[in-house]
Formats: sequence, C-alpha cells, structure tokens
Amino acid sequence: MKHVTTIVSRTAALLALAMFATVALAQEAPDALVKGVSQEVLQLIRSDPQIQAGNQQRIREVIETKLVPNFDFQRMTALAMGRNWRSATPEQQKRLVDEFRTLLVRTYSGALNQYRDEKIDYKPLRMNPSDTDVVVHTLVMKSGGSPITMDYSMEKTPTGWKAYDVTVGGVSLVTTYRDEFNNTVQTSGVDGLIKALADKNRGVAK
Amino acid sequence: MSSLRRLRSFAGSVAIAIALTGCATTSTRTASEVDPWEPMNRGLYQVHEALDKLILKPAVTVYTAVTPQPLRTGVSNFFNNIDDAFSGINGVLQGKPQKAGDDFGRVLTNTFFGLGGFIDVAGSAGIERGNEDFGQTLAVWGVPQGPYLFIPLLGPSTVRDASGTAVRIYLGPVGDIHDVGWRNAVYIVNVIDARYQAGDALDVVTTAALDKYTFIRNAYLQRRRYLIYDGKVPPEQEDKQ
Repeated sequence: MKHVTTIVSRTAALLALAMFATVALAQEAPDALVKGVSQEVLQLIRSDPQIQAGNQQRIREVIETKLVPNFDFQRMTALAMGRNWRSATPEQQKRLVDEFRTLLVRTYSGALNQYRDEKIDYKPLRMNPSDTDVVVHTLVMKSGGSPITMDYSMEKTPTGWKAYDVTVGGVSLVTTYRDEFNNTVQTSGVDGLIKALADKNRGVAK
Repeated sequence: MSSLRRLRSFAGSVAIAIALTGCATTSTRTASEVDPWEPMNRGLYQVHEALDKLILKPAVTVYTAVTPQPLRTGVSNFFNNIDDAFSGINGVLQGKPQKAGDDFGRVLTNTFFGLGGFIDVAGSAGIERGNEDFGQTLAVWGVPQGPYLFIPLLGPSTVRDASGTAVRIYLGPVGDIHDVGWRNAVYIVNVIDARYQAGDALDVVTTAALDKYTFIRNAYLQRRRYLIYDGKVPPEQEDKQ
C-alpha cells in the first residue's frame, strides 16, 4: 500500500530537481545543456556551505542565476493556462508569467536542499540538426530509492535552447498546474487567478 | 497457490462492479468527469490532512528519533521486497515475463542474500524495481479507471486502483499473521514507513500548489497513466498543446 502514498509526494519533490539548467552558450546542444547545468547546480548544492546551512537568499540567488535563464516561463505559463491564455490581455499575461515564475522559484528554493546524493544518468539524445523541439531524457538515482525519469521538453529559441516543461516520472509540471489554473479562471476569472498566485507568493493563507 | 484462485474470483467481481459504474477512459475528460465524487473526496482529503498532522507526522518524528538510519532503511526494504513479489505476480498477469522475471529475481536475491528483504542486494546490483500492481493489471485487462477516490491514510486513488489495493491487502501476507496484535503492529509500521519514505516531499506540494487537492489529483492520475503504459504513453493520450 505504500506506493499509493509515495507516488505523488516523491514526484512532487523531484519536480524540484526540474530546474537544473544554467546560462548556456547560445547554441549548446540541448542534452549537453541539461547535463552541464544539472552538474553545476548539484556540485554547488554539495559544496556551498551557505546552501547547506539553508541560507534562503543564497539558494534563491543560485536558482535565479543558474536555472531561471534556461526556462521559457512565457511558454510554460501559456501551456498551463491552456485555452484560457488567449482570453487574457497582454497585461494580464505578463502578470501571470511573473507570478507563476515567482511561484516556481519559491517552490524550488524550498526543495533544493533535499538534493545532495542524487546521481543523474543522461540519456543520449538523437536529434536532427533541423529539430527545434526535443525531449531530453534523464534518470535520477537517489541512494536507497527507486530511480525516476526526468524529461525536459526543450525548444530552440534565438537565445539558445530553453526548457518549457519538465516531466518527472510521467508527471508533467505544466499539466499538473492546468486543472488548478482552469478551476480558478472558471470561478473567478483571469484576474482571480493572478490574485490567487500573488496571494500565494506573498504567503497569504488561502 | 490458493491465493491466485482467490485473486481470480475477487478480480472478476471487481471488474464487473467497475464495468457497471461505466466510465469511458478518454484523455480529454473534464475534472467533473474524472472526479464526480469531488465533494466527498474533498471531505476525505481534509480527514487525511488532519490525520497526517495529528498522527502520522508525529509518529514519523518519534520513529525517526528512536530508530537508527540503517534500521529504517531495512524496514523500507522489507516492505518494498513484499511489494516487489506482488509486482512480479502482476508482471505475469499482464504478460510481461521479462519484467516479472526481474522482480522475482529481486525478491529471491533480497530474501535469501539480503536477510529476508532487509537489505536491497538486488538494487545495489542494478536490478530495477518493477513497479507493477493490481490497479495497473486491471487497467491492462481493460477495466475502466472509474471515479477518482481519495482514501484517508492511503492517499489518492481511483475505483480501479482502490480495487487493486483491496486485492493486494486481501492477499496479504500481513493479513495472514494470526496474532491480531502482531498483525496490527505490522500494519502500523507499514503505514509509518510509507509516510517516512514520503518524507518532506509533501511540504513541496504545500508550497507549489494553489489548491493541494487538485494538484495531487492531477499529478496522481498522470503518474498512474505513465505506469500503466510503462512510460510509453501514446501521444493522443497526452494533452500537451
């Protein structure tokens, strides 16, 4: 019976590892990018005394400088919004992206410290030079736990490859948010969703 | 093995029961179609949260305080080893001989060379756990998912998965312990170990989710679909845009 209780929780925790990606050379191959960033961040987590002491400001700094530049938050937000995205004004869209980005950074800041002894197996990527949308497959192995897949959906942009979704053990980050976003938009509109995200980010109890 | 006969009749009646509740499995279903019992489930979820806060979390704190790390790992391995045996059985029931073989190999190795399952020798040798269960077997046999169900202490489920869990508990082996005191003790340790293995991960959901109930439901259903298809979810089942 234990699998039932652990699936969601373990998946959620591993979503945290999801943000492992860094400022890359503009045209670095997507799989090399994922590997380079993951290793750099894991190395930092293991060696930085401030991170190990749980210094939230330092942790957030690492996320902002190493991980955030490699994600396309605009596209992540649009995917999580689904068909509601088009009904939002450009101003609303901008606020949604900002708040969603803040929420994800906050989440990962809280979870980053849990990752220290993980080993990551990087699967070779087979892609054509003309491909602009690929999935980079990795396998995360935690000592004493079952390995779990972590796949990065990546797109080619003028400023290099960017991740727009992370799928952990079959659970997609943006898909997981879609129902929540949709529910909130249904009941209180796009502005209601912006407010809900903002309240969440400011620590206002729901 | 009389257990298998018991299983067959049980699974048969479960399958019929679910077929009668009739629920098509298409990917683009709305939340109300997936979770028609949402008001009840939200209530059960609140019960679960309260039990977790008042009983499970404190129990895990005590458990962690009074036992050394190697013992806790051993306990987790012990219960995982039993799950692996059932994973092997389900591999057979789903017609996956290779996966089943790996699972039975794991169980034999860990049982005989890992002190009855307390040491995961097979894992150290790189044999992965199969992760098959009765809920997935029912899915492979064509039983529809049925309504989403939140079960306090067990967590997110569906009528199909809960049927699988019922089969799993019915077949034991814990239920076969005759001494009631011992049997309950093992159940309790099993639940505490499950919560221990979940660890702080649930706190991440608290930070991440606007509405934990919806977040958990969505993640759970995605995860189950992924497991049913052994990671090869057909493209039309994915709802990326």
